[in-house]
Amino acid sequence: MVFDLASDMILVEIDKKLGEFALSVKFEGDSGVTALFGPSGSGKTSIVSMIAGLSKPDRGRIVAGGDTLFDSAAHIDKPAYRRRIGYVFQDGRLFPHMSVARNLDYGRWMSGAPRDDAQFARVTDLLDIAPLLKRRPGALSGGERQRVALGRALLMRPLLMLLDEPMASLDAARKREILPYFVRLRDETKLPMIYVSHDPAEVRQIATRVVRLDGGHVVATGGVELLGQ
Amino acid sequence: MLHLTPEEWTAVALSLRVASVATAVSLPFGIAVAWLLARKDFPGKALLNAVIYLPLVLPPVVTGYLLLIVFGRRGIFGAWLADVGIVLSFRWTGAALACGVMAFPLLVGAIRLSIEAVDRKFEDAAATLGANRAWTLLTVTLPLALPGIIAGAVLAFARALGEFGATITFVSNIPGETQTISAAIYTLTQVPGGDAQALKLVGIAVAISLVALIVSEWFGRKAGARVHGV
Repeated sequence: MVFDLASDMILVEIDKKLGEFALSVKFEGDSGVTALFGPSGSGKTSIVSMIAGLSKPDRGRIVAGGDTLFDSAAHIDKPAYRRRIGYVFQDGRLFPHMSVARNLDYGRWMSGAPRDDAQFARVTDLLDIAPLLKRRPGALSGGERQRVALGRALLMRPLLMLLDEPMASLDAARKREILPYFVRLRDETKLPMIYVSHDPAEVRQIATRVVRLDGGHVVATGGVELLGQ
Repeated sequence: MLHLTPEEWTAVALSLRVASVATAVSLPFGIAVAWLLARKDFPGKALLNAVIYLPLVLPPVVTGYLLLIVFGRRGIFGAWLADVGIVLSFRWTGAALACGVMAFPLLVGAIRLSIEAVDRKFEDAAATLGANRAWTLLTVTLPLALPGIIAGAVLAFARALGEFGATITFVSNIPGETQTISAAIYTLTQVPGGDAQALKLVGIAVAISLVALIVSEWFGRKAGARVHGV
């Protein structure tokens, strides 16, 4: 088969040595939600950090949205700020000195694109964060903070979304509150997403594809049936 | 009330001007150097660090003399600057240079600490949102470091206001041109019966410094609240 990637395909093939730990993975994703699933220490966060360009693989290739982001053989290494990858961090990382509205607008501001009020309204409606716009991040609950972080990543018009355990810091009630938004996002946009989690229940509800990791290697790929019962 | 002679008012105004210009001009350089020391590794970093802290440990008269050698009318840079019409020696601008150099370690020290305290994960987040290094610095790192930048600027201003040794060595003690509050107090204590006048200037120096510290505390608290996102 010719290795011809459709534009919404993701290809990740990387090697990285992190002290004693050797990470060596290869997997593909598509326009759905690809879950990186595995115990802590299996290399999940290191992988998404390399896809985002926040750290550099020793060797390999990363392709997303028809765009080669990294290719050690061809000496390609796009800087993080040019990758257009929406990254939702575990701890949200909203800028504490900006209001919610300015946090949401930050990606658009940095890209120099004109303001798009319709898109802004669409995203704030999708996530029910319109009433929060004037608030400061310090005055948000954990669930609100993660919804704003999700909105901020969406509004930069990413080619790919990286969701790094976005619910890990939330209690069970907050998780139930926010999970429907991820499902809605999956069903209402065609945006490819990589969703990192160690919680099988969470992955079962959101993923369309599962990449199971252990000890820095891919041990299985397939559908949610990989998670067992 | 205060009864100051016109020369003494001139000294007060000159001190404020010298300290303000010294702080304002050194601030961008201070921020740049503090950022380099806080965030970058490069050959010669230890040397740069040592050179910047040198004025803190050298006798001020040595710093003043070195300034005279470098920036004096026949100095290495001084001669070249004089050719383009900039004379620093025996001018108030030279006093500002001397004060700026003496205050620089305090400025850099405070800003460096505050930049080091900014969590890099916010800089990573900015990068994923499309901000290059310069924009990340301008929109995330520096605003988050603002309390430390304000503290550093006030510290530098207060230090510049009190500078004496390097200033008098480099630009002398010329009333109306380089005679700051400190130099005027020194002059008054050298003449019989000058004590009362000196005391008034001492009071003014204390008052200006106190106001500066209170204002910085207020700004620092406001900026701190912003930075903590409430």
